[in-house]
Amino acid sequence: MNESVVLDVKNLKSHFFTAKGEVPAVDGVSIQVPAGKIIGIVGESGCGKSMTAMSIMGLLRYPGRVVDGTITLDGRDITHLKPKELSQVRGNELSMIFQEPMTSLNPVYPVGVQVREAILLHQKTTKAEAKQRVLDIFQAVGIPEPEKRYYNYPHQLSGGLRQRVMIGMAMVCRPKVMIADEPTTALDVTIEAQILRLMKRLCAEQGTSIILITHNMGVVAEICDYVYVMYAGKVMEQAETFELFEHTKHPYTQGLLKSIPRLDEKADRLYTIEGVVPNLLHLPKGCSFCTRCDQAQERCFTEKPGLYAAADGHGVRCLKYESGVKMDGE
Amino acid sequence: MENNRKILLEAKNLVKEFYIGGTKKNPQVVHAVSNVDLQIYEGETLALVGESGCGKSTLGRTLIRLLEPTSGEVDFDGQNIVGMSEGQFAGLRRQMQIIFQDPYASLNPRMSVKQIIAEPLVTYGMKNKTELEKQVKALMKEVGIAEEFYNRYPHQFSGGQRQRIGIARAIALRPRLIICDEPVSALDVSIQSQVLNLLKDLQEKYGLTYLFISHDLSVVKFIADRVCVMFLGSVCEIGDTDSLYEKPLHPYTKLLMNAIPKADPRLRNEEKELLSGEIPSPVNPPSGCRFHTRCPYAKEICRQQVPEGKTVGERKVFCHFPLG
Repeated sequence: MNESVVLDVKNLKSHFFTAKGEVPAVDGVSIQVPAGKIIGIVGESGCGKSMTAMSIMGLLRYPGRVVDGTITLDGRDITHLKPKELSQVRGNELSMIFQEPMTSLNPVYPVGVQVREAILLHQKTTKAEAKQRVLDIFQAVGIPEPEKRYYNYPHQLSGGLRQRVMIGMAMVCRPKVMIADEPTTALDVTIEAQILRLMKRLCAEQGTSIILITHNMGVVAEICDYVYVMYAGKVMEQAETFELFEHTKHPYTQGLLKSIPRLDEKADRLYTIEGVVPNLLHLPKGCSFCTRCDQAQERCFTEKPGLYAAADGHGVRCLKYESGVKMDGE
Repeated sequence: MENNRKILLEAKNLVKEFYIGGTKKNPQVVHAVSNVDLQIYEGETLALVGESGCGKSTLGRTLIRLLEPTSGEVDFDGQNIVGMSEGQFAGLRRQMQIIFQDPYASLNPRMSVKQIIAEPLVTYGMKNKTELEKQVKALMKEVGIAEEFYNRYPHQFSGGQRQRIGIARAIALRPRLIICDEPVSALDVSIQSQVLNLLKDLQEKYGLTYLFISHDLSVVKFIADRVCVMFLGSVCEIGDTDSLYEKPLHPYTKLLMNAIPKADPRLRNEEKELLSGEIPSPVNPPSGCRFHTRCPYAKEICRQQVPEGKTVGERKVFCHFPLG
């Protein structure tokens, strides 16, 4: 990946300081987001994908905190900005859309006014001009009758329309990077397909990079350029989408892909990854996946694997690929 | 599908409407299920698919009288259960069970696993404590929950384990029919495949019949023998899984399949035809074919006439102009 990197996350560690102990929710994650690309972060619940996003956005709440690592947006270190500086970046250069569009919109204001607020907060412009820009962005994200919808309250819109409003709000200041946390999980497949197509189009038209967080391998395959697979707070495998799906290397990724029922073949039984995601407070001593891995050897239980390059731009956190160059500086 | 297979449950012209307001002369009614005819054969898995709000859960619940139908008939094992007295129905009810979508809401947090699984057994007359304990432990083993969790409470389990407890409760009375209402939608993929395999194993072992309600077409492809596609309270198409997936006859089925994100980047197709718009309101469903407002092939007749069911081989399609 030699394209210009807009967002560079290096060795990010976010821990939660709970009564039961320190939980390493994000444990040394490095992510590079090139301009105008869609990056996927995929994993099961509790793997730390949302916490990575919250850390980048500076939205981690007590008892969580970024303990190590740097986040660089367009050459500027934003890891430890003061709240005031951060709020200038957030919503302007860096924006986010959430999974549940009902709870992330304010129920007592018309949606148009909420989107307009994002412009007025960050840019010097008149209210009338800002309104016009809201109507333009509503048009761009495919909301029918923007004039009428401008004055609608969130409860008057369907789930799909609400998510379009959220995307409009996130895109209206033309951010450099937009983080989408499970943007289509609450939607029906037919609406999901519409929203994914919309995001891809906006990304291409406006040159915005997108970090797409999802648990759905299908969504990743559909629109992402580069993918990070996370498990227990760590990146297990990273590669370009085609490379990842065609030459899957990590046993966890292989297991994930095998356990999804496929449309193009009929199977009698599904492959299963035995067991459950380990408790982050009591991670195995070696590889965090060793207890569920069907290819685990003795050393996997005692040695922590690094992220090794198995092919160009393809990193695998597994001792099987030890011969490759180490990609992270642990 | 051989014709000599035994029909376990049959819905005839089933209607379920919910009254939501309006005046007596002009009531406002949600047409959740409209004139559905459906047969479920003994030992098969029939999947009910559709988008949210299409009435698939309502239909599932109406079929086992968790909701009373507005009109129509449901025959279970040849007997019409609609309008049957509670006393008569009690004996039949134990033969139909349901597994719910949300494993967090469907288990009583104040009951231990043993009480949850034993409840149906106790309700249907098992009093002997040792026998009860033996049965509950056997059921737990059957669904893959360790015996030592016997006294634990639901909050001590993960989503996948809770769903297993729900399954144990459903099979406790050895029912013939189980309605599975989105049983794996709330689970992670790696857990989802474990539960799907379990459901398949149990079906084989006990000859269960499933009505599997889901919006996930890839899961349905794995588990179902036949599929029924619903849109806005009415059936679009019924047929056996393989041929329905290979060659959808109803435009809605085809567009629904197009919309599924496929876990293979080589199948990307940015030009593929997508459904536009959203589901119309079930309070004022469109006239004629209910799908005509979103259908790219709709003609004048679709706006006026409700399509009759056409039989194509073993399949049935409700469309004026089936694809093919």
